[in-house]
Amino acid sequence: MARYFTDEHEWIDVEGDTATVGITDYAQEQLGDIVFVELPEVGAMVEKGKDAAVVESVKAASDVYAPISGEVTEANDALEDDPALVNTSPEEEGWFFKLTIGDKEELEGLMDLKAYKAFVDEL
Amino acid sequence: MSARSPCREHNVLSDIQTEIPEDDGGEPETQALPLDAWHRSRGGKMVEFAGYYLPIQYSADHGGGIVAEHEWTRTQAGLFDVSHMGQLMLTGENPAEALEALVPGAITSLKPGRVRYTLLLDDNGGVLDDLMVTNATPWIEADEEAGTEGHWGDPAYYLVVNGAMKWDDIAHLREHLPDEVELNHMDEHALVALQGPNAATALGRVMRGVPESLTFMQSTLYQFGEWPLRITRAGYTGEDGFEISVPAEFAESLADRLMAEIEVRPAGLGARDSLRLEAGLPLYGHDLTPEIDPVSADLTFALSKKRRETGGYLGHATIAATLADGPATQRVGLTLEGRLPAREGAPVFAGETQVGTVTSGGFSPTLGHPIAMAYVAAAHAAPGTELELQVRNKRLPARVAPMPFVPHRYFRGS
Repeated sequence: MARYFTDEHEWIDVEGDTATVGITDYAQEQLGDIVFVELPEVGAMVEKGKDAAVVESVKAASDVYAPISGEVTEANDALEDDPALVNTSPEEEGWFFKLTIGDKEELEGLMDLKAYKAFVDEL
Repeated sequence: MSARSPCREHNVLSDIQTEIPEDDGGEPETQALPLDAWHRSRGGKMVEFAGYYLPIQYSADHGGGIVAEHEWTRTQAGLFDVSHMGQLMLTGENPAEALEALVPGAITSLKPGRVRYTLLLDDNGGVLDDLMVTNATPWIEADEEAGTEGHWGDPAYYLVVNGAMKWDDIAHLREHLPDEVELNHMDEHALVALQGPNAATALGRVMRGVPESLTFMQSTLYQFGEWPLRITRAGYTGEDGFEISVPAEFAESLADRLMAEIEVRPAGLGARDSLRLEAGLPLYGHDLTPEIDPVSADLTFALSKKRRETGGYLGHATIAATLADGPATQRVGLTLEGRLPAREGAPVFAGETQVGTVTSGGFSPTLGHPIAMAYVAAAHAAPGTELELQVRNKRLPARVAPMPFVPHRYFRGS
């Protein structure tokens, strides 16, 4: 399984033809206390770089973009009852949604962990 | 991931940017306030706000976070830096009479040491800013050698205005006040607010006797060692608490001294916004603007009863008419179910008809559900009225609720 990162602070785990998407620890730290997550519906088509979810923290609403294009196959229902999972476990239990990978070439240009860490250190 | 829009981002900052004086005609630069380094050393996440850097919250490593700071303030005592606010002093000839011509509150009858919430109004009764006015006239002790008895000194009025509005306020005051009234911008002073049910306990341990000497909306000068302080029992959280004006050079030492008390933790702008929203207190630039009059804003309490008829201040004619006819729209509180907040700008619907707009909204940490302030058509403003708020593609049920959402706990005397 390979994990990639975007410069908008989403992570994406790739396993075969499916992928899991969430936001990074850095992102949740910036957002602060998360009170609501609006997830895409199963079956929805998301497009690389376009809105896929919305995170509402105490202070503001933020868009989460799809790192790649594809069809949503599952949304993390646990976030409905406990949106704070994104704060406590952003890169594991607090995942947002899974999708089918439409075009593997879209993964090119995403960062690996080392590159993302270097990117965050520059911020 | 990114903030949805500048408008929503303003919810974070809870204020509007304004121009600060330019030097050399260049772009106004964001300024550091006296406690800047103090915040940074405690993990303060600094944001630009009203032309200054201020902490929106403190880092989790330091026990911070908006909800944690909010809850700490509701149960213990939060220490807020509000040095961006404008502190002004009016002296000279008849400052009370002169100020009374610009605000709807009674100033000439305000006793020394008493504080009043009032509004700067324009010709049309629109709100230019909201502010606190203290009668700061000093008491002059008896002097046996000179043979004088104790008496009140020259009249002085201390004003605290919104940070983002202070330059406009100063211009407005200078334009309308007679030349014989002196206006001093106390820009060498910092202002901190200690707020919460244990604020009095903590302050009383540091400055013995001070909390007992004040009730809500009273103010005193206090010489703490070499620091000349002005301490006012008031705030913007709905809790008991104090605002302390301190010369900038002593601000860090004062903050350290208060922070040494076990009840006290620092709190940032984020918690300040969620606390004032729960307390039903309007925020200038969002819930109050020049397009809004005090009657529509549900601030009729700030219109001195006598002066509603006699007038004698800018904007009175329009306000008298609105009082007589009733306002077309009104500021109301709204409670929402679920967890999705409706924020500033969200349209308010009654059936298919838009009847208003949200001006402040967020998640209430104390209540565990979202709350909002909105301006709605008077016909839909009664408590209990069922309305709907549009957030993205959803219609959220909301109900008009009395404010404050969380009861005030001011200390009005025992």
